[in-house]
Amino acid sequence: MLIKRLEPGAIKPSEITSESTFMNRRQILTAMGLGAASLATGVSLANVSDRQLYTSGAPFTGPDWLEEKLRLLKPGEFSTGEDATPLEYVIGYNNFYEFGTGKTDPAEHAGSLITDPWSVEIAGEAEVTGKFTLEDILKPHDLEERVYRFRCVEAWSMVVPWVGFSLADLIKRFKPTSDAKYVRFETLYDPDQMPGQRARFAAIDYPYVEGLRMDEAMNELAFLAVGVYGKAMPNQNGAPIRLVVPWKYGFKSIKSIVKIEFTKRRPRITWERSNPREYGFYSNVNPEVDHPRWSQASERRLPSSLFSPNRIETLMFNGYAPQVAHLYQDMDLRKNY
Amino acid sequence: MLKPLTFLVSLVPFAYVLWQVYLLQTGAPNSLSADPGKEILLHQGEWAIRFLLITLLITPLRQLTGWNSLQKIRRMLGLFAFFYASTHLLAYVVFLLELDFANLTADIQKRPYITVGFAAYLLLVPLVITSTNRMMRKLRKNWVLLHRAIYGIGILAVTHVAWLAKSSYADAVAYGAIVVLLLFLRVFEPKFGLFRQALKPAS
Repeated sequence: MLIKRLEPGAIKPSEITSESTFMNRRQILTAMGLGAASLATGVSLANVSDRQLYTSGAPFTGPDWLEEKLRLLKPGEFSTGEDATPLEYVIGYNNFYEFGTGKTDPAEHAGSLITDPWSVEIAGEAEVTGKFTLEDILKPHDLEERVYRFRCVEAWSMVVPWVGFSLADLIKRFKPTSDAKYVRFETLYDPDQMPGQRARFAAIDYPYVEGLRMDEAMNELAFLAVGVYGKAMPNQNGAPIRLVVPWKYGFKSIKSIVKIEFTKRRPRITWERSNPREYGFYSNVNPEVDHPRWSQASERRLPSSLFSPNRIETLMFNGYAPQVAHLYQDMDLRKNY
Repeated sequence: MLKPLTFLVSLVPFAYVLWQVYLLQTGAPNSLSADPGKEILLHQGEWAIRFLLITLLITPLRQLTGWNSLQKIRRMLGLFAFFYASTHLLAYVVFLLELDFANLTADIQKRPYITVGFAAYLLLVPLVITSTNRMMRKLRKNWVLLHRAIYGIGILAVTHVAWLAKSSYADAVAYGAIVVLLLFLRVFEPKFGLFRQALKPAS
């Protein structure tokens, strides 16, 4: 594994915010009516032009057309300046119950997933619908790297350099109609490839379903990822294409997507169906609203070592309040958890 | 021979954790993964409930097989259940709470699965204290009554597991089924001599 490391003590390019970016951010925040206090709750974002891409020597490769796109990978906006979690944890510590409920099960068993060929069905309230190959889905989009914080509902977190493109850009291509109020996502259902879907006494039903409100899906942070660390997506992380919504708990970021549907009515998502008292449709990261069985006020930033669990405070909307708080302005987030 | 052997075998899960911690601290590949404190916590907790169930299993097993020496290791197995439960609690307080006792009190009050888990642990304490031969003689019939609490502790422990389950109820179902079966045997064996019936040669 080869991860680029900077000289210890050196100021990372990612830590420097150019004056124009800084002023720009200021203006946006002021325009939103957020005071100086809220500056502290946002994640410090890295300047795009100064940032180096994360790379790794891991042997994850995609089909030729994807490899070609990966060669043109560029640093994207909205990346946090925090250091990314080392690759071995990003690809070795996963929740992907389709391959088992242990954290290392996906890395061990996801080899059975066939990700090429892959197609995604676009359905529902849109002018353009149908089944498309993954290559067609990606064709007009340039790939960018976004280093996002990732906060699991289980109160651990990582920082992941995702590779992908904006969900909003994809949605626009299919021209959703005015009836499209929500976007529903579905994971592959194939127990032969995903043996966890056959598990007895499972807490959830399959296929896994997720959803976003239309304005959430069109938010600039919503991202479709096809890789991590500059390489094609490892199966255990949701290959070949997955959602990443960094201001929501990790389970909202549905993996191995085969269907995207525009709907009039709010979809019932998997975890909400399993336990509506504990998991809601929105599932925004919120340190003030505890999970009924544990606190969400803090999180363990992985990897944690034995005698220092690396506990950090959880931020409202996982630190992305400047980008997404306006979506929930008039909502009671205790009720709409 | 039976006793020292049981002692050594019972230490294996703990030795495994120590070995993994050694690997972790020397930077070698290990099974503790990205969240070692939590892995140790879960491992010790699992073995606590397993030893509890194994302890409960001894009497029916002795009745079924007539192998009376089994009774000699029952106390030791019970004490190992307490040992694993203690290290489970210790791992929670040291690794996850970082010795923040205010948080521990809050957790015990607020989180029902921790409340029942902690209750199960506290109920084990009088059983440990009265596990000596002297206490056994002293308490006589009361000793038997007191130690029946272990079935209640088993139910609490299974509740603890079921209540904290997020991904799967398989463990809780398996452990629960075993406790129910053992409780059933405990209640009905003396009345109906189920084992004697079962063991009676077919005529």
